[in-house]
Amino acid sequence: MNEQTDYRDPEEEALALAQAERLAKAWKTPKGWRYWSAVNNTEVGLWYTGVSFIFFLFAGVLALLIRAQLAVPENDLLSAETYNQVFTLHGSVMMFLFGVPMFEAFSILILPQMLGARDLPFPRLSAYGFWCFLIGGVFVSGSIFFGAAPQGGWFMYPPLSTSYSEGLGPDIWLLGLSFIEVSSLAAAVELIVGVLKTRPPGMRINLMPLYSWYILVVAGMILFAFPPLIAGDLLFEMERAFDWPFFDVSRGGDPLLWQHLFWIFGHPEVYIIFLPAVALVATIVPTAARRPIVGYSWIVLAAVGTGFISFGLWVHHMFTTGMPAVSLAFFSAASEAVAIPTGVQIFCFLATALAGRFVKSVPMLFVSGALAIFVLGGLTGVMVAIAPFDFQAHDTYFIVAHLHYVLIGGMLFPVIAGIYYFFPLITSKKLSDKLGKIGFWLMFIGFNVAFLPMHFTGLLGMPRRVYTYSADSGFGLLNMVSSIGAFVLAAGVAVLVWDVLRPKGKQPTCERNPWGAGTLEWLVEMPGRAWGVRSIPIIRSRYPLWDQPNLMRDVDAGRFYLPDAQEGKRETLISTIIDADPIQCLRVPGPTFKALWAAIFTGGLFIFATYKLYWLAIASGTLALITILIWLWRDTAIIPAKQTKDIGLGVTLPIYASGAKSVGWWAMFITMIGNMSAFNSLVFGYFFFWTVHDDFPPDNTPDLGFWPVAALVAILLSWALTLWARRLNNLDHASGYYAALGLGALLTVAGAYALWAGPHFAGMDPTSNVYPATVWVLVLWCLIHLGIGLIMQLYCLARRAAGRMTATHDIDIRNVALYWHFMAITLATTVAVIAGFPEVA
Amino acid sequence: MMDETQTRPEHAPEVPPGSRESLWLLVSGPTIWAAHFLLSYLAVSVWCAKVAGRAGPLGDIRIAIGVLTALALTGIALTGWGGWRRHRFGEATLPHDFDTPGDRHRFLGFSTFLLCGLSFVATVFVALSVVFIRSCE
Repeated sequence: MNEQTDYRDPEEEALALAQAERLAKAWKTPKGWRYWSAVNNTEVGLWYTGVSFIFFLFAGVLALLIRAQLAVPENDLLSAETYNQVFTLHGSVMMFLFGVPMFEAFSILILPQMLGARDLPFPRLSAYGFWCFLIGGVFVSGSIFFGAAPQGGWFMYPPLSTSYSEGLGPDIWLLGLSFIEVSSLAAAVELIVGVLKTRPPGMRINLMPLYSWYILVVAGMILFAFPPLIAGDLLFEMERAFDWPFFDVSRGGDPLLWQHLFWIFGHPEVYIIFLPAVALVATIVPTAARRPIVGYSWIVLAAVGTGFISFGLWVHHMFTTGMPAVSLAFFSAASEAVAIPTGVQIFCFLATALAGRFVKSVPMLFVSGALAIFVLGGLTGVMVAIAPFDFQAHDTYFIVAHLHYVLIGGMLFPVIAGIYYFFPLITSKKLSDKLGKIGFWLMFIGFNVAFLPMHFTGLLGMPRRVYTYSADSGFGLLNMVSSIGAFVLAAGVAVLVWDVLRPKGKQPTCERNPWGAGTLEWLVEMPGRAWGVRSIPIIRSRYPLWDQPNLMRDVDAGRFYLPDAQEGKRETLISTIIDADPIQCLRVPGPTFKALWAAIFTGGLFIFATYKLYWLAIASGTLALITILIWLWRDTAIIPAKQTKDIGLGVTLPIYASGAKSVGWWAMFITMIGNMSAFNSLVFGYFFFWTVHDDFPPDNTPDLGFWPVAALVAILLSWALTLWARRLNNLDHASGYYAALGLGALLTVAGAYALWAGPHFAGMDPTSNVYPATVWVLVLWCLIHLGIGLIMQLYCLARRAAGRMTATHDIDIRNVALYWHFMAITLATTVAVIAGFPEVA
Repeated sequence: MMDETQTRPEHAPEVPPGSRESLWLLVSGPTIWAAHFLLSYLAVSVWCAKVAGRAGPLGDIRIAIGVLTALALTGIALTGWGGWRRHRFGEATLPHDFDTPGDRHRFLGFSTFLLCGLSFVATVFVALSVVFIRSCE
């Protein structure tokens, strides 16, 4: 306990110390090799941040190789093939293994602190996501050491990466990164539910820290941005592995479909990387200015508005593909419109800094540098959003300059500001101001020396992705300057790395709330405790540490909610979405290796599939499924010994909640929204082919017969029976429940068979033409989901039989019923498309 | 630090009428923008691919997009007006940062209003495309 804590009397002190001891025991971090079984956000968040920073350094080294190769004309430091691998991995690693995961990592680490929560609602899911990320990342990055890395650029355009790529490179990219996308979706679920449901009492929606607004928006964006890429990866891998011709023009495919799916993901992804970094700026600026943010609502406007409009920009990466001018104009208009909210937030930050009593600090130095660089990148963004200008600049170094100004200004500098700002929160030690300043100036100057000339190199006509250029092209001097700048930038990063890693044993522990911030995360004790907050406070302000007198003292003395862990369990509060009224005391799980094993087996599924070892892949996938089922069976939806709990201050809350009140239901709902957006992308693919072909479906397409309608009837019945089973369970009508759900499961099998039988008996060969391939991929999608739906039905049968689910404790069947709603929509849409559309087309 | 300690004004009405609220209102302006954008894009794509041909005129589809735009702008304006009224509820002093249902109500209203403003402008931007471009080329 902190020595500053002052208790009212010895009695209170004795009670508080006993409570603190129990709390510390419940939240204890495992020791020794078991440390790696930790699932608490502070450990997982730290590993996640560390690993994604290592990937950043790795991709940075690749960048230096690129710059070394291009420093002089006709250089032969790298062969063309190695160079292709290097720049492809540089882009892919920076985007997939640093840009996006860094925000997830940071958020897992600090969001609970910021919300005064003990942990996020699904700690094991975070751990699973982290291990998936680590395994997938090492797999993709490691490929370059075997000369097997992908060479097609970070966006893997076919036909370059289908017909003209030998080896496994594209497969490593597709399967490795699909696997990592799983962890992004896991993080999105965790963070959305975290922001909406784990806020402390009193923290109404108008008092949420701006950081959580941004995270909410970004996690929502992930649900709509990543699934199209997963769908695209599926199509791509089916083409590469099984010759289904989605992108092969000779059999009716179209490479442009990949570009659409990739950029429906790829453009929002830029904002998925950018917005969390702005969130850090929105956290740091008010602290530095010693005043609340100016224009809180305007920043919410900017975050939400950017989140939406960023989805209307994807075609601006495809301006030169020959689409109708009016289509280009729509995307050009939206690309200009997105500058409005982006600008609004920058003006809010400037206004806050100007209106407050500005205190200089290293984080603020990086923030200032970030804004300067980002504004330049934003301005060239407005230039390239104008289609005629883009026609000229497309695929030149001008674009390279633009995107690095945006990403380094919009992401890297704010992240480094965040590292300086939050370092004491994690380690109780401050980073060095002196090294910070040296590092900043090296990075800032190095960056501009490296990338400013690239605008001119690009305008002179130097294309991207060339491994060398001739001496008489006139690019030599500018490239040499860029290379020198890149190494200066790298020196700045090296200073940062040294500052982070240098031994700090002799450095005194930093004082609490070292920056004088107003937000809750700075309640953290120095050195930090595993429990997060000693008691969960009542919040009355956007900056509670500034506005609520004695908050820190009362939190430390355990005078708020959940100051104790009588039963030795890990607990946190669940509250309502809008007003943060506490509604449940949630028990969160403790350390386990199950998440790690599940990730290893899931990794096996993807990695074996890359090498076409399908039996091993299936075996590994089965093991992953079994591990996850054991994890669910033993550790979720546990019926508590007592139904309610006194959380302090005279409030008693239920421990168990099901349906829309439970976090699990929300997680299922959010997951299924993401799932539907992947499915919609496949449907989009079908209609995309319809627009590019005069005869789609082709005239000689065989009739699927009655099978699809039979499948639809069976599945809709199965859905209805699942809903009925949910009702019968509530009525405690056991035999009716088993009968309904058992019959439902049988109908699921029958429906799946009927769905498969249609194209199978019609003799549709997916390799012959894109039409059967498209029908088959929709059917395949449904079959996979029906398989999962069947497992869920059987799981619920077993749960009740084992006494782990009752009439009132019904989390499982409610979540399964929710899944089946989406299953019914998916199947109805599929049947309408594959059997109905050919009738009307 | 804050110079003045914030306290809720005594006379502010505590609970707004019909105070069941959700985040859906907040996102309805941008959702209308998104629907308008997507429908416009799909409409011209199908028109140019299936009806007029790649060199053909946009013709009637421009009118259709005009009607769609009028509908979208009306929807956004009405939502924005609803937001503005919430923002003005009771003692409407920005920045709506008191821990009361009233200020939460006003905050959601004001943010809705701002988002509708942005959505309105963005919708007009997109619709301008068919004012200036008349063919599928």
